[in-house]
Amino acid sequence: MARIDLRGLAHSYRPAPRGRADYALKRMDMTWRDGGAYALLGPSGCGKTTLLNIISGLLVPSQGQVLFDDEDVTDIIPEDRNIAQVFQFPVIYDTMTVRQNLEFPLRNRRVPEPEIAARVAEIAEALHMTDDLPRKARGLTADAKQKISLGRGLVRRDTAAILFDEPLTVIDPHLKWLLRSQLKDLHRRYDFTMIYVTHDQTEALTFADSVVVMHEGAVVQVGTPTELFERPAHTFVGYFIGSPGMNVLPCEITGASARVGHQTVPLARGYAPSGGKVELGVRPEFVRVDDGPDGLAAQVTDVEDVGRYRIARLRLEGHPMAAILPDGARLDGHTTRVGFDPAHVNVYVDDHLVEGEA
Amino acid sequence: MQTKPVNQKAWFLVLPVFLLVAFSALIPLMTVMNYSVQDTFGNNQFFWVGLEWFEDILQSERFHDAFLRQILFSALILAIEVPLGIAVALCMPTRRFWTAVVLVLMALPLLIPWNVVGTIWQVFGRVDIGLLGKALYSLGVDYNYTQDPLSAWITVVVMDVWHWTSLVALLCYAGLQSIPDAYYQAARIDGASRWAVFRHIQLPKMKRVLLIAVLLRFMDSFMIYTEPFVVTGGGPGNSTTFLSIDLVKMAIGQFDLGKAAAMSILYFLTILLLSWVFYTVMTSGEGNGRATRRRGRADA
Repeated sequence: MARIDLRGLAHSYRPAPRGRADYALKRMDMTWRDGGAYALLGPSGCGKTTLLNIISGLLVPSQGQVLFDDEDVTDIIPEDRNIAQVFQFPVIYDTMTVRQNLEFPLRNRRVPEPEIAARVAEIAEALHMTDDLPRKARGLTADAKQKISLGRGLVRRDTAAILFDEPLTVIDPHLKWLLRSQLKDLHRRYDFTMIYVTHDQTEALTFADSVVVMHEGAVVQVGTPTELFERPAHTFVGYFIGSPGMNVLPCEITGASARVGHQTVPLARGYAPSGGKVELGVRPEFVRVDDGPDGLAAQVTDVEDVGRYRIARLRLEGHPMAAILPDGARLDGHTTRVGFDPAHVNVYVDDHLVEGEA
Repeated sequence: MQTKPVNQKAWFLVLPVFLLVAFSALIPLMTVMNYSVQDTFGNNQFFWVGLEWFEDILQSERFHDAFLRQILFSALILAIEVPLGIAVALCMPTRRFWTAVVLVLMALPLLIPWNVVGTIWQVFGRVDIGLLGKALYSLGVDYNYTQDPLSAWITVVVMDVWHWTSLVALLCYAGLQSIPDAYYQAARIDGASRWAVFRHIQLPKMKRVLLIAVLLRFMDSFMIYTEPFVVTGGGPGNSTTFLSIDLVKMAIGQFDLGKAAAMSILYFLTILLLSWVFYTVMTSGEGNGRATRRRGRADA
């Protein structure tokens, strides 16, 4: 297992990229800790798979370096890179049995027979697939096939990291949690560096100790699920994580108060004046409705019941926003007064979080 | 088990197809059957002869020779065209523009009428004016398809390879295109060699189209008539007289209607039988796969 460093990495699918827009992956520096469980989260087309393919070596980046434990592997082909990858759709060798599938990567590397047998037996046991070994792999279900793809990575002793490219897409929902917990156990047991690409935030948040959020080819935040929730570094993270996403309200800031339209929002900290687009970010969880006479006047446009809680759709000075209603709360009429918890109001300049002064 | 309600009206819906097939296939086949068990001396008088024609054919050396020639020809065609077609499909360019160019070029022989293909090769191979024939002759190669049986065979086989390998290649190419990239990527990560990729990914994924390719090429080559008829006319001697050429000679040349009809039926049954054998052999592995899949589901 290994630590992975990306240095000055950037990639463009065009032969002669000019502007920033030509890059599928914007310049980045990152470190993936040895044995860490990372989720790579972002909408389709944000460059997740590109990044994954660069790490596995299927793609050579236009700029920068990939290092495994300080060794530059940028130009090393995938088969020599000690990486394993599990793809969105299960890849198995149809004509082989489960055992032959697991043996395949070892045989290709001319590992001695006794070691192949021992490794395959161990991994099959870890995957709970010992009984399936003599079976034709073609006849198995999608989740079993996905386990075989993972097994082909685990079976190699030298695997530095295992990359997952939305591996649960084709798995039945009721099997997803089972597979996810098995994967967690395997991670604990073998301690591989794990990079898990997904666009499903629940999957990312339950899985990883660190979530990497990507947006338009750039990494916008790396953090624990709590950090992503409470202090989104970018308005996109606020919007993408959480359901409903963070409210973003254009404002003007002077010192420790913000003006949204004609109304004033108190802030926990003071902010130096700055140019650019200034916005407030506040999660619907931290919006109080029916806040008494000091609250901000807002119009109620709708109340949605999503089962576990209700969401109030509001308009504050014409800007749409959402609030999560506490149990039993009632919203009568078309207007209400809302209040924000100052500790949970974030300030963004040009979409990036700015820290206030104490 | 629950018995499904049977709707007899369905028969009405398939009736038009039945009629069409009856007129285009069944009735002609019955006519042939009719001829095969009777003898005629013209003026519309028929005499019942039973299976005599069939016995005649099965014992005739002329039929045996034509049959063996036919088997050899089809075997050669399959042995050359299938591997060659796979190889061509594997070598297809990846750039979109060149793929299009190559696909169009490959499709051209398939669009040429069969007798024109024959004529092209007939001229091409001529020792006096043909590009191929004259070139070989000038190089001192003893090539002459009108006199030498081996030259005739080579010409007929090469002509068929030229004419039909594209079909196999196109089918295989379609099969290869349906393999998702992830398979190749996974194979690279697993350290698979080029051969292993072919053996364990490409070949299994091409199996379905290969089955179609083999069946089509077998049936067509087994029934080949026009091209060798135009080029060699079945000669020199009888060396390229395949079953269909022999059949036409018998039916139209000698006007042996009964015998020719008996031969037609045997010919038809042979094709049916061999096609069935090919199909069964090539799909034999799949029955197991399906059975295990069912078992797999039951376990889960």
